[in-house]
Amino acid sequence: MADLQTDMATPMNDAAVMIARELSRHYTVSRGFLRGHATVKALNNVSFMLHAGKTLAVVGESGSGKSTLARQLTLVEQPSGGSLQIGGVEIANASSAQLKALRPTVQMVFQSPYASLNPRKQIGTMLDEPLKLNTTLDARAREARIRAMMDKVGLRHEHYERYPHMFSGGQRQRIAIARAMMLQPRIVVADEPTSALDVSIQAQILNLFMDLQQELGTAYVFISHNLSVVEHVADDVMVMYFGSTVEYGSKTAVFAQPLHPYTRALMSATPAIHKQDRQIKVKLVGELPSPLNPPSGCAFHTRCPYAVEHCKTEVPLLRPIDGRLVACHRVEEITS
Amino acid sequence: MSLLHIQNLSVSFGAFRAVNHVSFDVNRGEILGIVGESGSGKSVTMLALMGLIDAPGVVSADALGFDGQDLLHASNAQKRKIIGRDVAMIFQDALSSLNPAYTVGAQLMETLKLHLKLSGAAAKKRALDLLDMVEIPDARARLAAYPHQLSGGMSQRVMIAMAIACNPKLLIADEPTTALDVTVQAQIMALLVNLQKQNDMGLILITHDLAVIAEVAHRVAVMYAGEVVETSPVPDIFNTPRHPYTQALLTSIPEHSKGAARLATLPGVVPGQYDRPRGCLLSPRCPYVQPRCVDEHPDLYTTPGGTARCFFALDDGGRPSHG
Repeated sequence: MADLQTDMATPMNDAAVMIARELSRHYTVSRGFLRGHATVKALNNVSFMLHAGKTLAVVGESGSGKSTLARQLTLVEQPSGGSLQIGGVEIANASSAQLKALRPTVQMVFQSPYASLNPRKQIGTMLDEPLKLNTTLDARAREARIRAMMDKVGLRHEHYERYPHMFSGGQRQRIAIARAMMLQPRIVVADEPTSALDVSIQAQILNLFMDLQQELGTAYVFISHNLSVVEHVADDVMVMYFGSTVEYGSKTAVFAQPLHPYTRALMSATPAIHKQDRQIKVKLVGELPSPLNPPSGCAFHTRCPYAVEHCKTEVPLLRPIDGRLVACHRVEEITS
Repeated sequence: MSLLHIQNLSVSFGAFRAVNHVSFDVNRGEILGIVGESGSGKSVTMLALMGLIDAPGVVSADALGFDGQDLLHASNAQKRKIIGRDVAMIFQDALSSLNPAYTVGAQLMETLKLHLKLSGAAAKKRALDLLDMVEIPDARARLAAYPHQLSGGMSQRVMIAMAIACNPKLLIADEPTTALDVTVQAQIMALLVNLQKQNDMGLILITHDLAVIAEVAHRVAVMYAGEVVETSPVPDIFNTPRHPYTQALLTSIPEHSKGAARLATLPGVVPGQYDRPRGCLLSPRCPYVQPRCVDEHPDLYTTPGGTARCFFALDDGGRPSHG
C-alpha cells in the first residue's frame, strides 16, 4: 500500500473523496437441496484512493468483480469486510441518518441507457426526483436547476416533457448522466457507460464526461473493459481479475509497461488499428474459472502462460514494483 | 469470377429503405469487413442474402450470384440447398441463437443429417471432429451439454462449429465477438481466421469495431444509413480514408487521438426513417458540406484504392477535393 500511505500524509485540502481499504464482498449461494451453501468471494480485499476531479478506471473481464465493487461504492450493498470512507465518513460505523446524507454524494451511471430509464416517466420528472427527495427547493427552483443541467449535458429544452423511447441511445445516456449529476455528487460511479453505444456516439459521451469533470470537479470511478477508452479517460487504473486487484497504479505507468501477466494479456488481446500499436500476442487459454470452485493459490494460474508450481499454492500479495502495485510472484523474472 | 456477387441489393420495409442499392463482391479466400454503426443496414443486407427477411420486408436486386448460381431467381427449394451448406452464418449473440431445449450435439447433427445426409454414427463422429476443430476441450462430454451449461465463448465456438459443419464456401459472421470479453474475442477471431485460411473460405465479417477489421480483413466496405459509402483495401482505409464519414469514424476512436483532451466527434446521429435528407445522407453531419451535397445524391465514385460515395472525396492529406 505504498501510495496509500504517502497519500495519507498530504494536507487536508487534497484529501481523498473516497478511500477503500481491503474491501470485500462475499455472497452465500445455495447449491441445491441438501447440498448446503457455498460462498462466492465476488470481491476480495480491494483498496484504492480516489481524489476530487480524478478518474479511477477499473478494468477487467466479466466476472472480475467490477460491478460488485460498484454496488459497494454506491452503498447499494453492505460490504462483508474492509473499510470504505466517503468524504471522511466510515461506512461501517455510520448511522442510517449519516448514510442517507452520504448517498447523494455518490451517484451512478449504468451501462444500458435502454434499461436504466423508466419508460413511463418524462425526462423532467425523472430529473426532478432526486431534487424532490433530497432538497427543499420549490417547484420553480427545481425546474430551473433541471433546465440548467439539461443545457450542460446537451439536451434541448423541448426534451423536458418527452419520454425515454423518443430518444436515441446516446441521448438517453446524456439523460442518465444528467440524472446522476442533479445533486452535484462528489463521486460518480460509471459502469461501462459507453459500451452499448456506437463509436461516434461514444466519443460524444466521453467528451461530456470529461467536460463535466472539469467544470464540477467530480471524481469518477469508471468501469470499463475497453482499454482504449480507459487510456483516454483515466488518471489511475486498477486491473481486476476474479474479484481481486492484480495491478493498480497511474495510467501512465500501467500503459507504458504493464507488469502483471493478465494486464499484458488484456492489452495484447485488444485489437489495434495501427500496426505499431499491436503487441505480441500473449495468448490466454481458457476462460474465467467458476467462482464456486476457485483455483488455489494465484487465481490466474489456470490461464497464466508463466505459472509455476509456486503459483498454484500461494496467493500472491499486492506489492509495490516500479511505481505501482502488482500481485504476481514472478513479476521480476518475467519482465526482465 | 467472384464467389459472391451482389448488385444493387435493396431491402424495404414499407416506405422505408433499410438497405439501398448495395453492391459488393467477395472472392474465395478473401475476408471482407463490413463496418457501420447501428442502423446502417449491415445486418439487414446479410439477412437478405440469407433469405431471412420476412414480410413486410421486400428484397430486390439486379443480381445476386453465388458460386456461379443465380440466387435471385432460384426457387426456395434450390436456395435451401445452398444456404446453410455453402453459405453459413454466425450471429452476435450465440446464447440466444442456440436452441435451449436441445443438446449441443443434437443441434450440430441436425445440420449434418439435413445437408450431408449423414447417418447417426457418422454424424456423431463428424460432430466430435467439429468440436475439436473449434478447440472445445472434452468434446465428447460437450455433445450432451445444453446451451445454458456453456459460457459465452464456448457457445460462440459451438455456433462456429455448426456454421462450418458442411464446409461452407462463404461464411458470414455478424458481430461474432461483440458479446465477448477481449481475451476470448482474441481467441475466437484467431479461430475464425485459421478456419478461413484452412478451408479457403470467403468470410464476410460484420463489425462496428474498426480495430478488428484492421487486424484481419483484406478489404472493407463502410456502410452508412443503408448505403455503402466507401470501399477500400486494408490498410489504406485507415491511412487515407476517402469518405468524410470514414474519416469521422476513425477520429472518434480514443486510440486514434491519443493524448488529446477531447475526442473528435460527428454531431448528431444516423438519420432514421423520417429524417433522411434529400441529397447526400451525411450532409447534415458532414464537416465539409457544400451546397451540391444538400441537393444531389452522390454515386459511388472511383478513388485511388476503391470507391467512395462523395462528390468531394478526401485527398491523401484528408482534405476534401473542393479545396
